[in-house]
Amino acid sequence: MFYREAGQFKSSYKEDQAVFPILQDRIGIAFILLIAFVGIPLFAGDYFIGAIMTPFLILALAAIGLNILTGYAGQISLGTGGFMAVGAFAAYKFATFTITIGSIEGTLPLIITILLSGVVAALVGIMFGIPSLRIKGFYLAVATLAAQFFIEWLFIKVGWFTNYSPSGVITAPPLNVMGYVFETPAEKYLFTLGFVAVLAMAAKNLVRSHIGRGWMAIRDMDIAAEIIGFKPLQTKLSAFAVSSFFCGVAGALWAFVHLGTVEPEAFGINRSFAILFMVIIGGMGSILGSFIGAAFILLLPIFLNNVPPMIGLEIGVDMVAHLEFMVFGILIIFFLIVEPHGLARLWTIGKEKLRSWPFPY
Amino acid sequence: MEFFNDDVLFFLEVLFSGLLTGTLYSLVALGFVLIFKASGVFNFAQGAMMLFAALSLVGIQEMLGVHWTIAFVLTVAVMVLLAWCVEKFVLGKLVNQEPIILFMATIGITFFIDGFGQTIWGSDIKTLDIGLPNGSIDFGGIFIDELELVAGLTAGAMVLALAIFFNKTRIGRALRAVADDHQAAMSVGISLRNIWIIVWSVAGLVGLVAGIMWGSKLGVQFSLSLIALKALPVLMLGGFTSIPGAILGGLIIGAGEKLAEIYLGPFVGGAIENWFAYMLALVFLLFRPQGLFGEKIIERV
Repeated sequence: MFYREAGQFKSSYKEDQAVFPILQDRIGIAFILLIAFVGIPLFAGDYFIGAIMTPFLILALAAIGLNILTGYAGQISLGTGGFMAVGAFAAYKFATFTITIGSIEGTLPLIITILLSGVVAALVGIMFGIPSLRIKGFYLAVATLAAQFFIEWLFIKVGWFTNYSPSGVITAPPLNVMGYVFETPAEKYLFTLGFVAVLAMAAKNLVRSHIGRGWMAIRDMDIAAEIIGFKPLQTKLSAFAVSSFFCGVAGALWAFVHLGTVEPEAFGINRSFAILFMVIIGGMGSILGSFIGAAFILLLPIFLNNVPPMIGLEIGVDMVAHLEFMVFGILIIFFLIVEPHGLARLWTIGKEKLRSWPFPY
Repeated sequence: MEFFNDDVLFFLEVLFSGLLTGTLYSLVALGFVLIFKASGVFNFAQGAMMLFAALSLVGIQEMLGVHWTIAFVLTVAVMVLLAWCVEKFVLGKLVNQEPIILFMATIGITFFIDGFGQTIWGSDIKTLDIGLPNGSIDFGGIFIDELELVAGLTAGAMVLALAIFFNKTRIGRALRAVADDHQAAMSVGISLRNIWIIVWSVAGLVGLVAGIMWGSKLGVQFSLSLIALKALPVLMLGGFTSIPGAILGGLIIGAGEKLAEIYLGPFVGGAIENWFAYMLALVFLLFRPQGLFGEKIIERV
């Protein structure tokens, strides 16, 4: 009744090709952005913003990256953590690299640093994407693990990346944009949100462009896609590049904004799996799904940690950890069984229902 | 020995030790292959199953105070029960889903089994002692770890038994039929459910044997389930559907890894064991995408 396209006529191609063609969607997005940009920083507590919202946004960004690769282009990757690490370390190297122009000495502006780190991650992504031209499916998934382990090892072993810091753990520089330093959790949150909002919108547009359609064609049947004129080389490698760019930016944000330190341990194999979970639970081939999945995977452990004390159960710490594992596993299987296409599918179904509500016949 | 100088002897020792460690990887990889062959499921839970089997064995042995053979039989029963549960509660509900969904489900199973095993049996490191030798034998100057030798022989025997099982028995034939074409198999009256339970049970048994070997070597502890990650390059190299491939892949990876660590490691800073196997498999796959013995990939539009 309230959510239907009836009566909304499009009189130009521009309107017809809008990202959100329905008025209700536009209102909804504007409302969400308003809450995210104004409501949360004003009214939410520091813990909520710093420990939940900021990591949620960054992980959602990484999930969008992996979703482009796995959900849209159909190449399963277990190397997400590795690409995030590349982003983080590249950002660190750029941030500590002094440029001298005449008598002025300085480092690159922070935003450019972070975007450049994404570009470096994209280049590394292309390199590790080359096998995808020969290898498919689970063989490729295992092959991307090579990227994960190799990159992790590289950053631990080669001192140049950490500027020869003895412990291998380095403090990220302060978030200084044009002289303004982002310090409080709310400011850091807004900094992250700016990146995520812009990049998510870019991703949303990209996947419905010529490039995105090429990815989907490759996913559905690569030989058929080749026959109708998509070159596998460009299409697959561009998917790896864009995906790694997103992951790289997410990694840089994770290190600079969330952790405040740059360390390879933060981007281990478990991170890769967690992000793959987000994509699959959230919904493959859906930008919205990346956000839902990230929220789910991030909040679930926090929730599971807090439930036993809330209902007055006293159990040991390691017991809680084991039970958490079990419940996590069960819930993942449960969600796969009830909604194999991800939680984003629920929204699609909901939209259909809303369209005909309250008279479904 | 006067035929060889010390360098050659050392090389041979490293090589043999690598080959024998490789058979241990093969044992883990075998479990993956069995399930992938019969159901097309990439079973990430194999490592967790191995840990769970080893934990159960030690746990049952401690709890009941029985001889390890009895505990072994009981553990096999536990693994069959686990296979039944997996079929009943997970795979049976996910019939006809895409492979990646099934893969995810097995990661869910991994989490569950890891948590469940440690909830029941505790998370302390346990020693597993079923009387496997742990000295080393001197073969004309080359020292070979007895445990690794036993593991190698066991792996060989296991492959032989599986080959006979697959080729000569009725169930084995049914398994191969299912692997070939689910629908055709069903139409000639093979029950998919039973086949899946059987194949998961056999994979559980293989996991148990692998768990015993690794458990005797490293102690039964959580990190055992991570050895599954070591078995993946073996799998890539050998092909996901080939049992001999798993063995040969294991030998190549085991030997390559050890030799690289000794002869290549010092030049690049060491600790390359983690990724060397993957790189080796990756480079290999670039030339032969279906692995050593994998079925030829035929693509149709």
